[in-house]
Amino acid sequence: MATVCEVKEEHIIEVKNFSFTYAGADKPNLKKINMPIGKNAVTALIGPSGCGKTTLLRCFNRMHDLYPGNRYDGEILLDGKNILGKKEDLIALRTRVGMIFQKPTPFPMSIFDNVAYGLRLQGIKSKSELEGRVETALKDSALWNEVGDRLKNPASALSGGQQQRLCIARAIAVEPEVLLFDEPTSALDPISTQSIEELVLKLKDKVTIAIVTHNMQQAARISDYTAFMYMGDLIEMGVTEELFITPKEDMTEQYITGKFG
Amino acid sequence: MDKFLDSLFLNTSRIFAITVLVVLVALFIVLFKEAKPAIDAFGLQFLTNTRWAPNMDIFGGYPAIYGSIVSTAIAMLIATPIAIGIAIFLSELASPLVAAIVGMAVELLAAIPSIIYGMWGLFYLAPILKDIWGGSGLGLATAGVVLSIMIIPFMAAITRDAMKTTPDILKESAYGMGATRWEVLKDVVIPYVKSGIIGSIILALGRAIGETMAVTFVMGNAHKVPHSLFEAATSIPVTLANEFTEADTDLYYSSLFYLALILLVISFTVIAIAKFLFLKRVQEKKI
Ligand SMILES: Nc1ncnc2c1ncn2[C@@H]1O[C@H](COP(=O)(O)OP(=O)(O)O)[C@@H](O)[C@H]1O
Ligand SMILES: [Mg+2]
Repeated sequence: MATVCEVKEEHIIEVKNFSFTYAGADKPNLKKINMPIGKNAVTALIGPSGCGKTTLLRCFNRMHDLYPGNRYDGEILLDGKNILGKKEDLIALRTRVGMIFQKPTPFPMSIFDNVAYGLRLQGIKSKSELEGRVETALKDSALWNEVGDRLKNPASALSGGQQQRLCIARAIAVEPEVLLFDEPTSALDPISTQSIEELVLKLKDKVTIAIVTHNMQQAARISDYTAFMYMGDLIEMGVTEELFITPKEDMTEQYITGKFG
Repeated sequence: MDKFLDSLFLNTSRIFAITVLVVLVALFIVLFKEAKPAIDAFGLQFLTNTRWAPNMDIFGGYPAIYGSIVSTAIAMLIATPIAIGIAIFLSELASPLVAAIVGMAVELLAAIPSIIYGMWGLFYLAPILKDIWGGSGLGLATAGVVLSIMIIPFMAAITRDAMKTTPDILKESAYGMGATRWEVLKDVVIPYVKSGIIGSIILALGRAIGETMAVTFVMGNAHKVPHSLFEAATSIPVTLANEFTEADTDLYYSSLFYLALILLVISFTVIAIAKFLFLKRVQEKKI
């Protein structure tokens, strides 16, 4: 059994006895995971490559459903309701749980249209409402000063760091409850990385954040809780400072002191 | 010794590569040289002259050029929407198993020798079309239909390959925003691969316009501009295939080479546009 700390915030997500098996895998890739995710907190997922961080993250918005044959067992509660049901409305779920990927993924359209994309999907047509919400999202993602005067330009012309912040703007424009980040800075330079980290800290007032990172310093800098995973198991979840200073599991200690990984 | 082998290898492969260029240039020179008497005799009027009267040494390329362009246009009109539909199905909608099986079938169809399509057109399709729209069943319309059926698999296969260059993570981003399959296709995949799709269509066009075997049987082989799409006609490759053996005067012979030169220039332009204007961008664009 994993050691899981007390999470004092409201549990916006509750992972209960959850296992996940990829199509064709002979045993589960995630094994009986139990963990809460605190509302308006930043929860980091760390662990060696291949331990299942991305796999777990992609369960929260049922991204695995895009590919046939993957299996979920157990429960993931979002606001107290299991999202793993067959009848779950995935489109609605994904507007509540947004995702940022390892590489920036601007759509082949203008900066404005990128940020307005999710809003338009929701049927918002009013020009003034779109403009207002795009501006808010770009300001909240610290991009407005850089792109406010060239919203019609193609998004592909932005730098990598700007593109990643654009993706964040696009995700927060629809005002999700949860944002999932899968190593969002792994393709970026240190300065862009820093601006994304600052952004994450700023965003948690409005949204709950779960972030996968292979960088322990990053987890230490920006997260409130850290979960350490190993080979599909959750080993330990703790308040970030405590986990890095006084880990309760030997395995966690060995990992954070660099004995393996 | 290693160094010697290395440079031997380098130079040998360099020679082979240069050979390709030499063949290409030589081809142009030979065609031009053989076509020269006709070029001198008719000039650019050859392109617009509708008369082809070998017994009077009058040669106009227009009927063949017209036939080539019209039959290709018909083929493209029919094939493009169908091929894009197949490509969308294979790359975005079908389950992996179905996509693999149907995809393989499409590739096999694309490999069928075009003479088979021609025979099928003559013995099977032409009689049916004759019942539908009268006439002999041979002509530009029939040729267009046969050509379209011939290029659909090719066009579908390369369009599918172009569509597959959309990174999964880009599609996942759109799904992650709550987009439906159709929205992902329309807003992300198609805009992302647009130039690849256009390039693929133009490549298929290049193939259709130079096609001989599939249409030789079904053109009807009449060297005139037909009054309708259902009358016997001809095209450049069909003229070349049929008439070299009959070319009894130098000017006749040379006029056929002139036609061949025109065909080469058209095909070349089409393929160059496809490759350099459209398909090149696909390779440059990486996310
Ligand atoms: N699409 C997939 N199909 C099958 N197995 C996968 C797939 N993606 C990842 N895996 C396996 O699941 C395990 C966890 O992978 P992942 O979640 O990507 O690890 P992490 O993000 O922690 O590096 C690995 O053993 C990996 O090989
Ligand atoms: Mg990962």
